[in-house]
Amino acid sequence: MLTGLLLGIGLLALLALVAAGSGWVPGQERRAARAVHGGCLVIGLGFAGVAAAKLGMGLPEVPMALPFGPPWGAAVVALDGLSAWFLLLLGLSGASASLFALGMPPETGRVLVPFPLMLAGMALTLIAADGFTLLLGFEVMSFASWALIAADHAEAENRAAARRYLMFAVLAGACLVPAFGLLAGPAGSLEFSALRASPPEGWRAGAVLALGLAGAGAKAGLVPLHAWLPPAYRAASGPVSALMSGVMYKVALYVLARLLLDLCGPVQPAWWGVPLVVAGAVSALFGALRANMEAEIQPLLACSTIENIGFITLGFGLTLAFRGADLGPLAALAAGASLLHALNHGIFKTLLFLVAGAVRNAAGSQRIDRLGGLIHAMPVTALAALVGIGAAASLPPLAGFASEWLLLEALLAGWRVSDIVFQVVVAAATALVAMAAALAAAAMVRFFGLVFLGRPRSPRGAGAREAPLKERWALLLPAGLVVLLGLFPGLLLALAAPAIRVLAGPATPTPATPTPAPAGLVLVAGEGASTYLPLAVALLLALVLVTLWFLVRRRSTGATQRGPVWNGGFSDPPPFLHFGDPLTQPGAAGFAQPLRQMLGSALLGAREVVMMRPPGDPRPGHFAAHAADPTPGWLLMPLARLRDGIAARAERLRDLTIRGCLSLSFGTLVVLLALLAWLEAR
Amino acid sequence: MLTFGSIIVQALHLALVLAAAPLVVGLIRWLKARMQGRRGASPLQPLRDMLKLLRKRPVLAENASMVSEVAPYVACTASLVALACIPSFSRGMLLAPVGDLILLVGLLALARMALALAGLDVGTGFGGLGAAREMSFAVFAEPALLLCVLTFAILAGTTNLDLIAATFRDGGLGLRVSLALAAVAMLAVAVAENARIPVDNPGTHLEVTMVHEAMLLESSGRHLALWEFQAALKLTLWLALLSAIFVPFGTAPTGAGPLAWVLGLAAWLLKLGALCFALAVFESAIAKMRVFRVPEFLGAALLLALLAAALLFVSTGLA
Repeated sequence: MLTGLLLGIGLLALLALVAAGSGWVPGQERRAARAVHGGCLVIGLGFAGVAAAKLGMGLPEVPMALPFGPPWGAAVVALDGLSAWFLLLLGLSGASASLFALGMPPETGRVLVPFPLMLAGMALTLIAADGFTLLLGFEVMSFASWALIAADHAEAENRAAARRYLMFAVLAGACLVPAFGLLAGPAGSLEFSALRASPPEGWRAGAVLALGLAGAGAKAGLVPLHAWLPPAYRAASGPVSALMSGVMYKVALYVLARLLLDLCGPVQPAWWGVPLVVAGAVSALFGALRANMEAEIQPLLACSTIENIGFITLGFGLTLAFRGADLGPLAALAAGASLLHALNHGIFKTLLFLVAGAVRNAAGSQRIDRLGGLIHAMPVTALAALVGIGAAASLPPLAGFASEWLLLEALLAGWRVSDIVFQVVVAAATALVAMAAALAAAAMVRFFGLVFLGRPRSPRGAGAREAPLKERWALLLPAGLVVLLGLFPGLLLALAAPAIRVLAGPATPTPATPTPAPAGLVLVAGEGASTYLPLAVALLLALVLVTLWFLVRRRSTGATQRGPVWNGGFSDPPPFLHFGDPLTQPGAAGFAQPLRQMLGSALLGAREVVMMRPPGDPRPGHFAAHAADPTPGWLLMPLARLRDGIAARAERLRDLTIRGCLSLSFGTLVVLLALLAWLEAR
Repeated sequence: MLTFGSIIVQALHLALVLAAAPLVVGLIRWLKARMQGRRGASPLQPLRDMLKLLRKRPVLAENASMVSEVAPYVACTASLVALACIPSFSRGMLLAPVGDLILLVGLLALARMALALAGLDVGTGFGGLGAAREMSFAVFAEPALLLCVLTFAILAGTTNLDLIAATFRDGGLGLRVSLALAAVAMLAVAVAENARIPVDNPGTHLEVTMVHEAMLLESSGRHLALWEFQAALKLTLWLALLSAIFVPFGTAPTGAGPLAWVLGLAAWLLKLGALCFALAVFESAIAKMRVFRVPEFLGAALLLALLAAALLFVSTGLA
């Protein structure tokens, strides 16, 4: 099985080579694109199949040492429950993105080469069983995705986005390498089994926590390390951003979970969960609020990704805390919530980014203020989008609700950890999560309502046509999956049981009980706590809907009539605007106005400037709204100043005399030797 | 528990709330009219209005999509399913295991989203304005509600409504400060969720101040009837929820006989009537507030709910 996975990774690397080779042969782009995306589709499905087989049949986990590796030992790969769960997500999301890409106009070699490499890097990260291989895969993934963001490098904005992304990727690497180094300790073996055997203690444990959270958080886009995220998505195309948002963050979160929940062992104290809970709740709130302010659809979806990453991190934090307080079933509940939400979000966000890609291809823009009314031109895409936003807004009985239900149940049980600080933190986190969920619903209404409903806002948008057949299939498949995931979360949790055991400890029950209802159809939150029966709720909703429709239509038989819209007394649009005056519709900034004023002014420094002319002045008044995320300013501006300061100081070294240069070199040598001697003596 | 009694109770409950929903709206209007010195229309008037609207042909805007036609059914369905899970005259209904408070929040969100999308469907200024405000108010109402749920979960150990009601009635909790704070917070949320004064005015004709009605400007005929029915269901839902949690007295226990049901019914009608009266007094006594004062109103509810949970942490020796 591992051989098959390695073969898949090798094939992906081969596909990248093929794509690179085809660059020299003119006129082969179409064929190369078909080969690359077709290959990725097949391999993605293969990954998903292997992962499902591993999870479903409980195949034994045997680490396999490869015949090559770093100088100090062999590279080791293994597939345990946690790896398999994330591999399942990688396979499903990768296959959907590849299928969608097959239907699009062929992309250039700049996308075709790194696309399979990114998949290969992610797969390698997931199946790695030693620190070196994991970091290797992680960095391959980082640099391949950097190349994907930089693919459309002709625009200066995209180049800046790619540069910023690279900076954060380097930061992630710079934190994760010492984290694994500290974990390995003096023994020096990076194999996971050896790392688990000697969990870190004292300051080393704290340092691993801080470095792991910063490293994985920078890659996953946790606040305040999320500054690179929205611009990167403006640059990436539909399938690429689907893959990045659907899977890449999940791989970063996998590294976080592997590092902090698995490799650091079950001995860590309960307060370890607090930083994760805080970071998760703050990320959820910030991401969801920013999603309400963004003017373009891909950055909007990216900000909603920050929110969901926050939810998953929060679940991991709760797992750590419950495990530290010896509350095994609750730890399993929180871990199950996180894992389920990772899968659900991976699928529905893939779907939404593919929808964004379809809209971009069809209507030529991703600015909300140039779109509108697309439900008439693109009904299938709109249907898929509706399923996606329902899941993203966590509406029952779709996929997002099941995992959020579990997460909220875990949060509502947080008071069982008998520590008043933690209790208050969890109560605040509950409020923030609820607020973030409502904000996400508002953002999704804004996305769907302004892009698909209403009237077109630009001639190009009015000329949109439905997506081609392959794209439509690539939208409907994940949409169907979202519905299925929502209806059978219990079965999924049963499937995730090996992964939950990795996170929550070996002897914990899963939150899906086989009794008394048919196996896996019920979600149960702890003993005596509440239950959620998604299938029953769905059937009930369907039954009531049909009955209601039947009763109403029996009593009210009149056919629907069409008439001109009243539109609050606005005059008719001029004849050249045959789809109506776009300015009489709510726009992207207008829809965000209440939230900008209620929350944005406090959290995002939002400002509104209204310039009213005095009475009698015929010139138009002006209104400008502005919101900016303050974290890049706090975080990046001091760093930039520090860099400039160091550079200015280093400049001075150039003016040293020859004697000064020599004494500097000599002094450095002496200091280094002294350091070496001190280290030897210890 | 799939027993015969639970099915009967569920069916009776459904019939009861379906009948009660328009009456609750009518009763509040009548009471308000009386308090303001008018004679007021009969409490049956909302029902008559809905039946009249059902007979009329709906007129849709030229560019309205399927959303305008489907959304009222979806919103009504979600509200009705939520209401079907809230115990009225007796506990132990068929749907009691489904009646989870978080699911209730989700169903309310489903109805709210259907309403907001219907408001945006035609692309008019008022619809968008109403949708944006409705979704923004929820951002403050939902956390306050969930913190109230946290208080209940700590006291009852569950988020299932039936079990919470049972615990609060039989558990001998007595009068608790936390519950009082949570009750105030939940009342504020209920007022905001139902678009009542001081958050929104259900009887207004001044478009700029409207939230809920602004989204319905383009609907007519059976669609409007469904929307009005949905609003009535939601109001009844909140009143039933408040009485099920905070005044669970008189409700027939699981597996009781018809005599207990009659007593429970009388108690429920009394509780709902009292709540309607309180709402009418409140609405007559207070003015509508500016839209941007609403976050302060709901923020106070949020703080009260947080305080309720924090008091429990400190007082009950959980720590």
